[in-house]
Amino acid sequence: MESIYLLIPVSVILVFGIAVAFWWSVRSGQFDDLEGPGFRILMDEDQPSPPADTNEVNKKANKPEKD
Amino acid sequence: MSGSQTTYNDKVVRQFAVMTVIWGIVGMLVGVIIAAQLVWPELNMGFLHFGRLRPLHTNAVIFAFGGCALFATSYWCVQRTSHARLWGGPLVPFTFWGWQIVILLAAITLPLGFTQGKEYAELEWPIDILITLVWVSYALVFFGTVAKRTVSHIYVANWFFGAFIIAVALLHLVNSAAVPVTLTKSYSAYSGVQDAMIQWWYGHNAVGFFLTAGFLGMMYYFVPKQAGRPVYSYRLSVVHFWALIFTYMWAGPHHLHYTALPDWTQSVGMIFSLILLAPSWGGMINGIMTLSGAWHKLRDDPILKFLITSLSFYGMSTFEGPMMAIKTVNALSHYTDWTVGHVHSGALGWVAMVSIGSIYYLLPKLFGKTEMYSTKLVTTHFWIATIGTVLYIASMWIAGVMQGLMWRAVNADGTLAYSFVESVKGSYPFWAIRWLGGVLFLSGMLIMAYNMFKTMAGGKTQDAPVVIPVAHHA
Repeated sequence: MESIYLLIPVSVILVFGIAVAFWWSVRSGQFDDLEGPGFRILMDEDQPSPPADTNEVNKKANKPEKD
Repeated sequence: MSGSQTTYNDKVVRQFAVMTVIWGIVGMLVGVIIAAQLVWPELNMGFLHFGRLRPLHTNAVIFAFGGCALFATSYWCVQRTSHARLWGGPLVPFTFWGWQIVILLAAITLPLGFTQGKEYAELEWPIDILITLVWVSYALVFFGTVAKRTVSHIYVANWFFGAFIIAVALLHLVNSAAVPVTLTKSYSAYSGVQDAMIQWWYGHNAVGFFLTAGFLGMMYYFVPKQAGRPVYSYRLSVVHFWALIFTYMWAGPHHLHYTALPDWTQSVGMIFSLILLAPSWGGMINGIMTLSGAWHKLRDDPILKFLITSLSFYGMSTFEGPMMAIKTVNALSHYTDWTVGHVHSGALGWVAMVSIGSIYYLLPKLFGKTEMYSTKLVTTHFWIATIGTVLYIASMWIAGVMQGLMWRAVNADGTLAYSFVESVKGSYPFWAIRWLGGVLFLSGMLIMAYNMFKTMAGGKTQDAPVVIPVAHHA
């Protein structure tokens, strides 16, 4: 099973890479707000189009955000 | 390119979106042809026989249709959610033209019989090198754009797209390692069961990252946008991402149950496949529940119908997959048409439908219209595609289970109850139904093409200005 000698190191390196990415994303505050980002993509109108039901959207996404 | 105001690079999105539909038709047409060749063997003519056309079909639908859809949607999504124009200058058109050349070369070399003989990685080494160049450019453009984003948060869809790009690069490099002999012939760097293990490590992760992670990125952007509601739980989407990424890589050995692969490796593959049920269903429920409280939108919005139905098929095939990875179930299903049905429940039901829905969302916006030329035709497309998919997978379930049972049936004296050709004969009616399902799905794509060209006619192809982020960001 020599292919294991390739695949296991590749997987281990990959998992470390993923762990670093995860560590970075936590440290840099990517997950500080786990509600707002979902609403925010709806506020970037791609083109002038009829407004959707934005009432609750505005309330949520306008709340002040920390740095 | 633009005046004083920065615009999004929508040109490349437009190109990829249109080619998604074109390659969808080509790839599915080849699929219909090879389905017909199974029913009417006399259709196998010259070098256009099943063996040559089948890899052309898989490459065309996965990499041409699916690939173009992923390029179009990821370029759109990463620009909109990063509030930045695509980074990379000439690299951007290179990803488009380079990818089209890869597809054309595939369409020429595969029927001529130039192949590495590895499923979903058939293309010979010079094309593999071109793929690598295009893919590295794609990664540079994508991550370059993420890096120059003007908001601090990276939207979850971009994480999925990013993981898909990195994983596919890694898979392609490892699995395509080969020793060239001539321009059109090379030998794999691995041999025997080693080669098989590497191949299915690649093969299943191609399903996991190309056909799942990438399209989940699509889902996390376009379902909320089309529904006009935020994703059901943003928190769950983040958990979904990390769970999927950490557990996916080792499911591959389930393609090699009961082969020369060591038993323990098969069992590891089976266990990891079963674990995958959890993140898959988490994501599926998250997507569908986005409509919670607004189910009425499903009634008259065919684009939303496409997107939500695709999630239902995603849930179905990610349940079926882990079940089929269980060794005892696999003993029945392996090498039968059940596998083919399972693949198409994912390919037609999930991948194609979520792409079609997303492209329908994009087309009017890309060509300066408020909606598609005909919403009615979108609805028609939806129903034709759904019926086609159901016919396809139901007929393959029946044919597959029947084949599995016939192959294992033994008489009282221990001899086989059926010869192989009897199972072939028994499969004919189901192959005909499968062909019909494919014809329906292809017709839907033709309707889409008509609708697309009508929508494009007289449209403005102006790039939209980059939107200033709404809230204050660090």
